[in-house]
Amino acid sequence: MMYFLIRRTVGFIATLIAVSIVVFAVMNILPGDPALTILGMDATDDALAALREDLGLNEPLLARYFGWVAGALTGDFGLSHSFRVPVSELISERLAMTISLAVAGMLLTLLIALSVGIYAASRHGKAGDWVTMFISQLGIAVPAFWLSILLVLLFAVNLRWLPPGGFPGWSEPVAAMRSLILPTVALALVQSAVLARVTRSSALEVMRQDFTRTARASGLSQRRILWRHVLPNALVPIVTIVGMQFAALVTGTIVIENVFYLPGLGRLIFQSIANRDLPTVQALVMLFAIIVVTANFVVDLLYVLIDPRLKARA
Amino acid sequence: MTLLTAHNLTRRYPLPRTKLLGKAPFLTAVSNVSFEINPGETFGVVGESGSGKSTLARMAMAFEAPDDGTILFEGQDIHALNAPDLRRLRPDFQMIFQDPFSSLDPRRKVGWSIAEPLRAMGITAPDRVAESFEQVGLHAADGDKYPHEFSGGQRQRIAIARAIITRPKLLIADEAVSALDVSVQAQILNLLMDLQDSLGLGILFISHDLAVVASICDTLLVMQHGKPLEYGPAVDILQNPSHTYTRSLLTAAGDKP
Ligand SMILES: Nc1ncnc2c1ncn2[C@@H]1O[C@H](COP(=O)(O)OP(=O)(O)O)[C@@H](O)[C@H]1O
Ligand SMILES: [Mg+2]
Repeated sequence: MMYFLIRRTVGFIATLIAVSIVVFAVMNILPGDPALTILGMDATDDALAALREDLGLNEPLLARYFGWVAGALTGDFGLSHSFRVPVSELISERLAMTISLAVAGMLLTLLIALSVGIYAASRHGKAGDWVTMFISQLGIAVPAFWLSILLVLLFAVNLRWLPPGGFPGWSEPVAAMRSLILPTVALALVQSAVLARVTRSSALEVMRQDFTRTARASGLSQRRILWRHVLPNALVPIVTIVGMQFAALVTGTIVIENVFYLPGLGRLIFQSIANRDLPTVQALVMLFAIIVVTANFVVDLLYVLIDPRLKARA
Repeated sequence: MTLLTAHNLTRRYPLPRTKLLGKAPFLTAVSNVSFEINPGETFGVVGESGSGKSTLARMAMAFEAPDDGTILFEGQDIHALNAPDLRRLRPDFQMIFQDPFSSLDPRRKVGWSIAEPLRAMGITAPDRVAESFEQVGLHAADGDKYPHEFSGGQRQRIAIARAIITRPKLLIADEAVSALDVSVQAQILNLLMDLQDSLGLGILFISHDLAVVASICDTLLVMQHGKPLEYGPAVDILQNPSHTYTRSLLTAAGDKP
């Protein structure tokens, strides 16, 4: 158990270090001169030299890397070029939006996918199974941004139930929640389609085992068997996919925030790329990578909780 | 009253279509099978793999319905009962399976699993859990372990403990010893016989192995391709098999070490 935790933690930290090296390298070595990237081809030599000094580009590469990491560890990502404020300030203003979207999207995904998947498994081979699996197949085939546009057309433009986009700020909680409903649904639907199918097949696998029949023989109701025995045993593949989906949801916010004009990290990364704001882009790419790696780490830890055999062995 | 009465049971499974039009083909897994089990009797069903024994067991457990025929448990047609009534009757007939590795929920401690049938009946009785453990030759302290911490034979004991905790009148054992080593097989068979004596249990014992069935059963049904071949007292069938199929099963059983 202890050994397992230590190994996974070491792996987690090693991955983060590797990721930071890759992100730094891509931003600073591969494309050429960062100052040129920021200022464009027709910048004067003086301006370029000044910016290089400003960015610390005249220092050796290794020193710049460690400077960046040391800063990042204390929450200092340098100054944003286009916004003229610290990158950390830009991020902290927008982090809540992106995290709320991703977490709400994940919860909605779980709610839809587990119910639908377990329902389909319990109706295996019957009409209910067919219909739900057909719809989920459609859900998988549909791109999230297109679904978002459909949702906006239906619920915002035609029915006028919800705002089409924009965000009034957290000071108006009801309006803020309302403006997050469509983006959350758009994020969750595609992911639930995938997860529902995984849940169904994993549940069917468990239902083939004798202990579900033993449970039936003991007079347990179908519903109790499904939630007590089938779902818990079906969790390992489900949790694996959920970990990957959380990463997909976080990166999915980039598209969704741009479709719905929400002030989050996804919008920020678009703006920063358009503005060639290198320090901000670098910080954001690193941040998204950290979220993805952390989600995977959490999944690894969850396995131990889910599976008593792992708990004993690990 | 007879414990279990099967009357003209037939079960068909659809086969994959070979033609787009016309009737879908089907396989008759169980065809016109009738038998009776009396309280406290050991009734054996024997036949090679694929002869429809497990299908018979699933119908007797009301896991699936026959296409034709009836199954009466103490005079009640179990397939005519509604779901709640059937659930109320279930504690009276229990089942153990071939694979002791998959018949227990791997995520639950075995004490929890053994007590589950009682909880389903709305009873909490720790003393009955302990009693059940002792009846199958295990210790109550074993309840704190997970299934993977036990050997195959021990798990089959746990499965039996769970099955008898509701004090059933009928126990269906489908190839219950087939996955075990020969020495362990004998232990489990002895355990079943002891329990039958002490609890007055009726047992429907299913096996492909005539040697195993012959060693414990009073009455025998021999099946081939879903059809009943021979039915009667075990001694008669073993001494005077009227079918070459039964004789071949006997030879196969005798050939074994
Ligand atoms: N659910 C099912 N669907 C289709 N065919 C089945 C199903 N269950 C059993 N069968 C078929 O019915 C026949 C009898 O199977 P089974 O009752 O398992 O035999 P046994 O337990 O004697 O080995 C076999 O040919 C098997 O392939
Ligand atoms: Mg079988």
